[in-house]
Amino acid sequence: MTELNNNVLIDVQHLTKAFGDHVVLKDISEHINEGEKVVIIGPSGGGKSTFLRCLNLLEIPTEGTIIFDGTDITDPKTDINKVRQHMGMVFQHFNLFPNMTVRQNITWAPTKTGMMKAEEADAEATRLLTRVGLLEKEDAYPSSLSGGQKQRIAIVRALAMKPRVMLFDEPTSALDPEMVGEVLEVMKELAEEGMTMAVVTHEMGFAKEVGNRILFMADGVIMEQGTPDQIFNHPQSPRLQDFLAKVLI
Amino acid sequence: MNNLQAQFVTAFVTEDRWKAYLEGLVQKTYVITVGALAFGIVLGILVAVIRTIHDQNIGRNNWLINFLNGICQVYTTIIRGTPMLVQLMVFYFVIFSSSRAKVAISILALGINSGAYVAEIIRSGIMSIDPGQMEAGRSLGLGYTQVMRSVIIPQAIKNILPALGNEMITLFKDTSLVTVIGVTDLTKVAQTIGAKTYSYFMPMIGIALIYLLNVIVLTRLLGILERRLRRSDRT
Repeated sequence: MTELNNNVLIDVQHLTKAFGDHVVLKDISEHINEGEKVVIIGPSGGGKSTFLRCLNLLEIPTEGTIIFDGTDITDPKTDINKVRQHMGMVFQHFNLFPNMTVRQNITWAPTKTGMMKAEEADAEATRLLTRVGLLEKEDAYPSSLSGGQKQRIAIVRALAMKPRVMLFDEPTSALDPEMVGEVLEVMKELAEEGMTMAVVTHEMGFAKEVGNRILFMADGVIMEQGTPDQIFNHPQSPRLQDFLAKVLI
Repeated sequence: MNNLQAQFVTAFVTEDRWKAYLEGLVQKTYVITVGALAFGIVLGILVAVIRTIHDQNIGRNNWLINFLNGICQVYTTIIRGTPMLVQLMVFYFVIFSSSRAKVAISILALGINSGAYVAEIIRSGIMSIDPGQMEAGRSLGLGYTQVMRSVIIPQAIKNILPALGNEMITLFKDTSLVTVIGVTDLTKVAQTIGAKTYSYFMPMIGIALIYLLNVIVLTRLLGILERRLRRSDRT
């Protein structure tokens, strides 16, 4: 975590999350530096998604603090809407707005938050759509798109807000195998441009190639972490060795 | 045959009586339907949103939300548990006994009644939307109300349009109840002319056909609207 050794963008301290009696996250302390690409892997039910969703308060932590760019976002007095405008999120099931065209999906948030004027947002949408090669779909509705196209639009929608960090919650898990590549490609480009990223994924190839740091989560804790080389080639804990044996055939 | 024709002439043509029907239909029945519908939908959305916020526990122990939710529940219980005719008379003869603004009172009473049903319809519509939609909207930095207005409600409306159309048709027909507080709506006109001419057959069959025709046209219009809203599903 010190290899990039620059500004801490997200600092998580003693994060605990419980749903009723079921404790999903147990006293997690972790931080994400600016420009870092953190990939979170681990078995289902281990708390990966919950951890990610706590970072932008889609899940309210039961205990602990999360500092984003110097602001304590777990403080009830913090305007969470303002904070979220700087944190993009991409979901497993895309969650595009089916009542809006592709272009409207992208320009809606920047204009409604007052961040951009309509023309600026339009120009930004055109730029981003061109970049992911979907400009010809600008007037289409999400229902007419393939899964891969939907997810690329969802990434673009989040990028239109010019976020400081992008959170990806299993972005390729709901895709047909042949569409995984096109989405990962966009994510790789984003990583190369220096975007700070936190990615929950089962794509081990992506984790190896793009991640600066891999977190292995199981049973509500970060059991092991390190560089891709450390995690994939020299796993320490039996739990991780077992997990890797199952996913890497 | 001649007899029927004569009855028709008496009921609709003599003394330009058709004008009275038309006036009753347009100035009372239509006005009350549209007014009550608008009022009912606004009220319904309000109640539905309050109840949804409460049920999704977004306000978390917020006394205001709990209080409003309590009011909404009492409101729906009372309105759905008593006859509309009684409600109408309570409004006219009890609550607003000193007022003679019959049309306004009719709109108020029917609107408040309709609102209770519309609220439940809209609530079911809101619940039919994937929670991921709200999460996506919120994750972009928009507030609950904004996401509700731009993302959730438009989709919910589309899903509940058939049910809402039913409510609209019911409301249109139920405006005939305002006859009891003396509004000269279409039904009242027919009643008056029937009494005056000692012949109820034509006036009653006549307005039945007028109501039917209106409902058929309304159904068609709703069908067109529904198809237009479904546009985003196909393309």
